[in-house]
Amino acid sequence: MSRLKILALLPLAVALSGCNYVVLAPAGDIAAQQRDLVIISTILMLLIVVPVMALTVLFAWRYRQSNTSARYEPEWDHSTSLELVIWSAPLLIIVCLGALTWMGTHLLDPYRNIGRINAERAVDQSRAPLEVDVVALDWKWLFIYPDYGIATVNELAAPVDRPINFHITASSVMNSFYIPALAGQIYAMPGMETSLHAVINHAGTYKGFSANYSGAGFSGMHFNFQGLDDKGFDAWIASAKSAGGSLGRTEYLKLEKPSQNEPVRRWGTIDSDLYRLILNMCVETGKMCQSEMMAIDAKGGLGHEGLNNTLPLAYDKYARRGTALGPEPTFVAGTCTPDAPQGAATTAAIKAPIDTAPLIGAGLKRPTFTPLKSSSFFLGQRPKSDS
Amino acid sequence: MSPDLLKLIFGRLSIDSLPLHEPILVGTFAMVALGGITLLAGLTYFRLWGYLWREWFTSVDHKRIGIMYMILGIVMLLRGFADALMMRAQQALAFGGSEGFLPAHHYDQVFTAHGVIMIFFVAMPLVTGLMNFVVPLQIGARDVSFPFLNNFSFWMTVGGAVLVMASLFIGEFARTGWLAYPPLSNIGYSPDVGVDYYIWGLQVAGVGTTLSGINLICTIVKLRCPGMTMMKMPVFTWTSLCTNVLIVASFPVLTVVLALLTLDRYVGTNFFTNDFGGSPMMYVNLIWIWGHPEVYILVLPAFGIFSEVTSTFSGKRLFGYTSMVYATVVITILSYLVWLHHFFTMGSGASVNSFFGITTMIISIPTGAKMFNWLFTMYRGRIRFELPMLWTIAFMLTFVLGGMTGVLLAVPPADFVLHNSLFLIAHFHNVIIGGVVFGAFAGINYWFPKAFGFKLDPFWGKLSFWFWVTGFYLAFMPLYVLGLMGVTRRLRVFDDPSLQIWFIIAGIGAFLVFLGILSMLMQFAVSFLKREQLKDVTGDPWDARTLEWATSSPPPAYNFAFTPVVHDNDAWWDMKRRGYRRPLTGFKPIHMPSNTGTGIILAGFATAMGFGLIWYIWWLAAASFIAMLAVGIGHTFNYHRDFDIPADDVVRAEDARTQLLAGAK
Amino acid sequence: MTIAVNPTQSGEPLFYLADEHPHPEGYSTSLGFWIYLMSDCLIFAILFATFGVLGSNYAAGPAPKDLFDLSLVAVNTSMLLLSSITYGFAMLTMAQNRIGQTQMWLAITGLFGLAFIGIELTEFAHMIHEGATPQRSAFLSAFFTLVGTHGLHVSCGLIWLVTLMVQVWKFGLIEANRRRLMCLSMFWHFLDVVWIGVFTFVYLLGVLR
Repeated sequence: MSRLKILALLPLAVALSGCNYVVLAPAGDIAAQQRDLVIISTILMLLIVVPVMALTVLFAWRYRQSNTSARYEPEWDHSTSLELVIWSAPLLIIVCLGALTWMGTHLLDPYRNIGRINAERAVDQSRAPLEVDVVALDWKWLFIYPDYGIATVNELAAPVDRPINFHITASSVMNSFYIPALAGQIYAMPGMETSLHAVINHAGTYKGFSANYSGAGFSGMHFNFQGLDDKGFDAWIASAKSAGGSLGRTEYLKLEKPSQNEPVRRWGTIDSDLYRLILNMCVETGKMCQSEMMAIDAKGGLGHEGLNNTLPLAYDKYARRGTALGPEPTFVAGTCTPDAPQGAATTAAIKAPIDTAPLIGAGLKRPTFTPLKSSSFFLGQRPKSDS
Repeated sequence: MSPDLLKLIFGRLSIDSLPLHEPILVGTFAMVALGGITLLAGLTYFRLWGYLWREWFTSVDHKRIGIMYMILGIVMLLRGFADALMMRAQQALAFGGSEGFLPAHHYDQVFTAHGVIMIFFVAMPLVTGLMNFVVPLQIGARDVSFPFLNNFSFWMTVGGAVLVMASLFIGEFARTGWLAYPPLSNIGYSPDVGVDYYIWGLQVAGVGTTLSGINLICTIVKLRCPGMTMMKMPVFTWTSLCTNVLIVASFPVLTVVLALLTLDRYVGTNFFTNDFGGSPMMYVNLIWIWGHPEVYILVLPAFGIFSEVTSTFSGKRLFGYTSMVYATVVITILSYLVWLHHFFTMGSGASVNSFFGITTMIISIPTGAKMFNWLFTMYRGRIRFELPMLWTIAFMLTFVLGGMTGVLLAVPPADFVLHNSLFLIAHFHNVIIGGVVFGAFAGINYWFPKAFGFKLDPFWGKLSFWFWVTGFYLAFMPLYVLGLMGVTRRLRVFDDPSLQIWFIIAGIGAFLVFLGILSMLMQFAVSFLKREQLKDVTGDPWDARTLEWATSSPPPAYNFAFTPVVHDNDAWWDMKRRGYRRPLTGFKPIHMPSNTGTGIILAGFATAMGFGLIWYIWWLAAASFIAMLAVGIGHTFNYHRDFDIPADDVVRAEDARTQLLAGAK
Repeated sequence: MTIAVNPTQSGEPLFYLADEHPHPEGYSTSLGFWIYLMSDCLIFAILFATFGVLGSNYAAGPAPKDLFDLSLVAVNTSMLLLSSITYGFAMLTMAQNRIGQTQMWLAITGLFGLAFIGIELTEFAHMIHEGATPQRSAFLSAFFTLVGTHGLHVSCGLIWLVTLMVQVWKFGLIEANRRRLMCLSMFWHFLDVVWIGVFTFVYLLGVLR
């Protein structure tokens, strides 16, 4: 396998010298394995593509009209043995490629914990991987380091040879998180979480960007990814810490608003719950978290009570905006959130479901209900806004 | 007038909707308006309106409708290609702090419009046009099963194109990419009319496409001439049948998914929203369930064209007819099992990804078999390098490359590093230009003499061919390279100066393609001027093999004076070989459908309704809808839709041909 | 259609039909209409799939069991089923050339259809009045769209039915009208089948969930 790889790389080496073919010469083990798959598959296919192209040219030349010495058999249109060959040759290639694909896809599944640092070294189990929460915003990247309590915008760093676990989501529209030198991309989607496991093997600064068009500021939605040695990484963390500032819910809501070509920003402290709130789309106070909503839905919804627990939307990413024929935009009010019980701003007469048995949800705490006393709120009486 | 009244009359349309502040658009508008006025004035001056209306716009003749589809495709090609040139220029310029010449607001519309127009209003009309023109002739029929519906379908396609073109000068087009993924395309992030133009343009055109699909399936199944069993059908007819099955079985999905997006945008439902339990990713799944078969809708007829061309110009039977047919059918079925390969990066998990990756690869087996079949058709043939054959050879050399990169992208881990990159762009242009566009050009050069009675000029044709082929390679090979450098698609500005050279090369390639298009237009003009020299009197200028060459060029309205009887899959070849003598007497009146203006009127109202809905001009939408209903129902009260071509007319037409043939000898 | 494609007596193969009869009018109509119905079926398939995906996303709102009134839906279902039967009677009487009875059965079919639409609209109005609007949750969006699309089809069928009744009244049971009645019959029964799917998957399974 490795000899094959070297052979394949030979012609590429020339081309590689001039430009930065990052996909073919990455700095992370995952990307390197993906590169190998690209090359092996290409060689496998060239086995059939090259003969076909050569035969095309050869036949076109040999059987040209002016060449009367070539055989001409106008009625010859079938040959069982030839048919067998032309179906089985591609089939064989595809069988090989299919096997390769099945293995490669499972081994390089972005959700899978990586087993090795590089071709020679296995992962050191005693050393915890670096956890990074990634949020695609309009149009910048937010990186949260939960273990270090810092956050950055448009700057990412990781120590060399330490596995990195990315948890990826988005605030409004779909993006794709991609650092070609490190590993393949994966979508960043609002209200959903994807994962990527990777490791960087060489120190250096690499490009990262969104690989899925997301609107006007898309071109400027890139960042530098730094592979640092352990000391350098600690220094980087320390400098972020010393940058001061705190990223909480209010700051996030301000940050989340669309902006283009954002410079690097750092926060020394963060709201430790922020990523969970972003993922569940409930950073805004009083909004029901997705996890809670899904848990309630799994229990069969809130019944008729649930008809009255929506509130007019006071804020969304661009402006408050409704549809031409539909009602004003709303959101589902949270029954409560752990650290922000419903305030005066979001008063709604919400009754607890009758069944208070533990909810079915992935490790969720049962929401507690504190019925609020307030003026009742009716759907029909909502005033139309001017927007 | 009060703002309320204005809003009632004009919806959200206002003077600000006209892009008067964008000099590029104002310039374009001036040019288009000037050209349009010249054209209209010319038509009026030469008193062609009546002729056009009676003989073309209201025509139910499949040949004329086919030709109109081709004209639509070529006109829209000019628009789509102008977008391509603008993109290439922008990307070649926007380096080192330069913003290029297109702001994001404009650039994002340009790449969206380019994709939408090229697929829906260039490739589809070209393919549908060729099928419309050729299939009834190839199966020895006099027209399609539902001639009125055919006319209506065509005008619906035009209606969609009109809406998309209108967005250039009234309002704006979508800024979402050609498939308009939500949440970006939802009202919150795209509140303007762009996405609404997209939706209604495609819905109006989609109705036409679906109906035309039903029509052609019925035609092929029911109207084949005696003796033509399924396994004696020409390969182009086979691929057309499969394509139309794909159309009927996939376009409804597009209709639904766009309708759901419409509901989200107009009444605030929650299909593809982030909140309230909606699922944007369901849109991505659904649209690709339509989108992947669409790829094969485009390329299968091209495969059919190459089959006809290879066997004709090699002077040989098609090698492996049966396996060719089965390969086509297998591709048709498999095309429904691969849609997820367009978004491996969504994170579906390894087993799902590898399933869809492997099914995708399996498609390359029948495709590879087809490639070999063409190859062995050339083997021991006598190949004449006329223009259609040149395009075919270029296709064979180009398409295998595109196929190879396609299979590469079907390997999920490889896709993770290449997805959405310029490598992907290079790949699908490689298969669409190398397959569909080259196929359409081969088809145009091949069947043009059949349609108009004279061949296309070979000099300008070859010039166009070489410009296109070299231009294509220059334009897209650099994109493969850039993809391997990790450059993603739809970027407007770049930082890394080392990339610029590749974009400049690609820009030069695009310019060569532009020269290719100009040469092609020149080719049409020159051929028209030299039409006496290039005249085809025999009706069979290429010494071809299938039934369409048995009749005159251009064929009479009724196609065949007597319905042919077929004994062989190369029916006309068989007739020539076994001493077929053209019947000279015994002509009878021929029953044919009569022309009707209902199709164009209905499509006009549909377009007006779309426009009303786009701009929230509710009265216009409602009035157009009611008018459409009334005209449609009114049409069903017309029970006399046919007439007889008198025997005398048939005798006259056939005698003229007899004299022409005698002169040729 | 059997046509001798063998060589004629003289030994020369037959290459054209000297004496042919054009295809009868509407020769391809039933096939074409079938294909149209299948494409329409695909539209419903996608809507069912959408409902399948989104049908349990209540957004902390009401679930099917809170909203659906099964007895009303049962009455509604019987309306549509009965209309299918009466359409069948219309076709039977058409076969016997009894124009008056055909018209009567068509009218009864139309009334059943109208009742169906009426009940459905009542149900919708009731739900919307309660606040269970299509905007409240993805489940309700999918529900209203699936059931509404079916209702829209039935309404189109009703318009078509009235048109056909006028045409039968004006031109009698001519061949073209028989063919059209046949097509509408297929359309009507098709909608019946779709409704059985809606009743089972949306209403019954919804309430059971």
